[in-house]
Amino acid sequence: MSKPEFVYTTYIETTPEKLWHALTDGDFTERYWFGHRVASNWKVGSPYRFTHPGKSSPEGKVLVSEPPKKLAYTWNGCSDETKREGPSRVTFDIEPRGNVVKLTVTHDNLDEGGKTFRGISEGWPMVLASLKSFLETGRPMPAEIQSHAA
Amino acid sequence: MDDVFKALADASRRSLLDRLHARNGQTLNELCEGLAMTRQAVTKHLAILEAANLVTTFRHGREKLHYLNPVPIHQIGERWIKKFERGKLAALSELKRQLEKRDE
Amino acid sequence: MPRPEFIYVTYIETTPEKLWHALTDGNFTERYWFGARLRSDWKVGSSFEMVRSDGTVSDAGKVVEVDPPRRLAYTFVNLSDKYRNEFPALATFVLEPYGKLVKLTLTHEGFAEDSKFYSGISKGWPAILSSLKSLLETGQPLEIPYAALKFEN
Repeated sequence: MSKPEFVYTTYIETTPEKLWHALTDGDFTERYWFGHRVASNWKVGSPYRFTHPGKSSPEGKVLVSEPPKKLAYTWNGCSDETKREGPSRVTFDIEPRGNVVKLTVTHDNLDEGGKTFRGISEGWPMVLASLKSFLETGRPMPAEIQSHAA
Repeated sequence: MDDVFKALADASRRSLLDRLHARNGQTLNELCEGLAMTRQAVTKHLAILEAANLVTTFRHGREKLHYLNPVPIHQIGERWIKKFERGKLAALSELKRQLEKRDE
Repeated sequence: MPRPEFIYVTYIETTPEKLWHALTDGNFTERYWFGARLRSDWKVGSSFEMVRSDGTVSDAGKVVEVDPPRRLAYTFVNLSDKYRNEFPALATFVLEPYGKLVKLTLTHEGFAEDSKFYSGISKGWPAILSSLKSLLETGQPLEIPYAALKFEN
């Protein structure tokens, strides 16, 4: 039985370089990723981590780093329960399409029916909607939407 | 629900549904091909199936395409199949409970 | 094996009423839905059509659920020779207010296990809904080249 994966595609009016920057620069992620700052030197094999003043954040190791086309890293869950499930993997594929960029996020190697899968299925659409709005309008989504989630 | 069971009670109508199941989206002409029924009879049966919500039609230019209606058959399936499944699951967990008791 | 279903969630800075309007008014859909004008009176049981810019109808459907501005559902079939024999699937839009935002959940379900159209809609919806979000938030839809979706021939 293959493990479940979560795949999400969105199209954003931006450039691959700007999108890469938004995914890898803590000043940016802090604004659209609901206060979570990312830090890494983004070399393959290096660690990365998100930090947040009030919450535990994901962290892991960089697996693929091909700016501005492809970024992949392991994803260690934020809570004790999700940490028990073992690391999953997130891949960002960035493809130019005319004036627009197609971003495909694949989150795989997840435990079937696990808490991580449920959490990220809710979380990615919020983060990516916020990222898209941020790049297109300069305004990310308000952090409050996270607390609306069941 | 009665409409549906009455519609299904007729063999000719069931054979029309079988044809749509084999190939959905057929025009009236396509459905009449190779059938022993007259065009008039097919039209009548299709009307009954449509009234029972088992068949739905979508316009394609001047023709109508006939489809098995996804919604009510799904509902029937859900209602009856869930009933059987629930029964089976309950029996299985009861059996499991009995076996576990024996092991204690 | 469960029948394939496609689910897409996005959050848009708009009101449920504006989003509802954008989903049901042909003048709007034309701007973000690859030029398709959605045409219907949006009453339960009514037909609806997707009309190309040249006036031909690409998809025909039936309205199943109308609860403005919260829920909209319709079945539709693509009329091309390639897809018209497929089982009509059900597309449901759920619009939930989230403060200044609307959470839009699109569920497209009921495809036969061997559906080829499923692969097409899985590529189409993210493009259409991304363009819709841009249109409502920036005033401009996205210019996504149709060929870039790489539908199989």
